[in-house]
Amino acid sequence: MKVEMRIDGEAAVADVDRPGESLLSTLRDRLGLYGTKNACEQGECGSCTVLLDGDPVCSCLVATAQCEGREVKTVVGAVPRPVRDAFIACGAVQCGFCTPGLLVSVADLLAREGDPRDPVIREALAGNLCRCTGYEKIIDAVHAAAEAMADEAHRAPARSRAAGSTEETP
Amino acid sequence: MTAPAAAPPFHRPGDLGEALRLLAAHPEAVPVAGGTDLMVAVNYRLTRPAAMLDLTRIGELRAWSDAGDAIRIGSGVPYTRIVAELATVLPGLAAAARTVGSPQIRNRGTLGGNLATASPAGDGHPPLLATGADIEIASTRGTRTVPVAAFFTGPKRSVLQPGELITSVIVPKAAGPQQFLKVGTRNAMVIAVCSLAVALDLETRRLGTGIGSAGPTPLTAPEADLIELPWTRPGLFNDALAEEFGRRVAAAARPIDDVRGTAAYRRHALAVCAARALRRVWTAAHGTESTR
Ligand SMILES: Cc1cc2nc3c(=O)[nH]c(=O)nc-3n(C[C@H](O)[C@H](O)[C@H](O)COP(=O)(O)OP(=O)(O)OC[C@H]3O[C@@H](n4cnc5c(N)ncnc54)[C@H](O)[C@@H]3O)c2cc1C
Ligand code: FES
Ligand code: FES
Repeated sequence: MKVEMRIDGEAAVADVDRPGESLLSTLRDRLGLYGTKNACEQGECGSCTVLLDGDPVCSCLVATAQCEGREVKTVVGAVPRPVRDAFIACGAVQCGFCTPGLLVSVADLLAREGDPRDPVIREALAGNLCRCTGYEKIIDAVHAAAEAMADEAHRAPARSRAAGSTEETP
Repeated sequence: MTAPAAAPPFHRPGDLGEALRLLAAHPEAVPVAGGTDLMVAVNYRLTRPAAMLDLTRIGELRAWSDAGDAIRIGSGVPYTRIVAELATVLPGLAAAARTVGSPQIRNRGTLGGNLATASPAGDGHPPLLATGADIEIASTRGTRTVPVAAFFTGPKRSVLQPGELITSVIVPKAAGPQQFLKVGTRNAMVIAVCSLAVALDLETRRLGTGIGSAGPTPLTAPEADLIELPWTRPGLFNDALAEEFGRRVAAAARPIDDVRGTAAYRRHALAVCAARALRRVWTAAHGTESTR
């Protein structure tokens, strides 16, 4: 049976042959989209986190057939540049297996809260396990990303004003 | 067109009537809401549904409404929305919903799935028991309402029959302070070692209790609920009273030893939680008087 959805902004069709096929398995095994990682297939680790119609979910627990007409965003399409940069700059990536899921969860958090405090960050990332970093550097990275995104937002209006004025000047 | 044998293995009803008709016509179809219980079993090959029936497109199941003295919560409203939208009117249930899994699990998991799974450890159950909620169940044969205390029949068993769907949970609005306490090894992502909900009703002067993960089903504690509270002189509330309540709650539990904890530990923890919960609701209702 064919399931049509949007993945990272593009139309996608998956021909699913059993009703219980998970979105994770469709992304990786059927569509060759390997950004989303598979570690536990039981909702415990968060490495398979994607945005489904904007909400972070474990793609291993979503049946692909439930996604007909829905919008899926993976680490490829969900994560603003400053979040990725901050993870690298802060040493929040070691083996990297948890990283795609964490990036999606952080992107969602920062879209809702511009400058989250530590307890809010810990709560938002409670469903993403990392066995390498000890989490401290991940939390540093969230703060760094929040700061970078706030700076960007500050500069953006200034840039657009500048652009406007050059247009007006003949 | 094609022969009836080619019926799609995945049904996506858009409304409740269609869902019930499909379920009656395809009894092999397993309903799926958030998938946070079912898909784990599917991924681990513990079950291999020949067909599934998606409940996430049914608007009636994904909405809640104000029914006067109660809130009628569609069985498919995810925990995240219960926390965000119902914390003021249903504080006990919202507190329990907040402890479920992780943000990813709360974004998908539903009360309907929690009830249908009927795990003794389900976090939704104690607050529903403490407040005396009703479960609304529908099939093509009609609709019935079951008090939550009569819903569970054994470990992972309930009164739900083939062809039936849980449509909503009717939870009385809080008429006083409520508490939910859950014992586990960390704050996030734990199945309760034991859990406890208490609801104090200031209008009817009644106490309600729900116990989780300490028996073959979630339990009530009728003897504990009947403890005499100093309603006319709230300041007379004291630790001895709170501890007696704790003892009665522990006595109502029917715990076993398992990987998460021993029966003795569960009873002990429940007694501590119950005394604490009662102190908290009483103090919240009557201010600092109770600390005298
Ligand atoms: C990592 C993880 C952590 C978890 N943590 C907790 C926790 O802390 N506390 C807790 O209580 N639970 C927890 N759970 C279990 C689960 O999230 C809950 O039980 C949840 O409420 C299930 O709801 P669902 O919509 O996902 O159910 P689904 O998986 O969609 O369905 C579960 C079962 O119920 C049936 N069903 C679903 N909806 C209906 C309906 N409306 N009518 C009839 N039958 C129906 C399905 O056919 C299926 O058999 C956790 C699960 C995971 C994977
Ligand atoms: S693979 Fe989905 S949560 Fe671990
Ligand atoms: S970097 Fe290895 S699991 Fe997180």
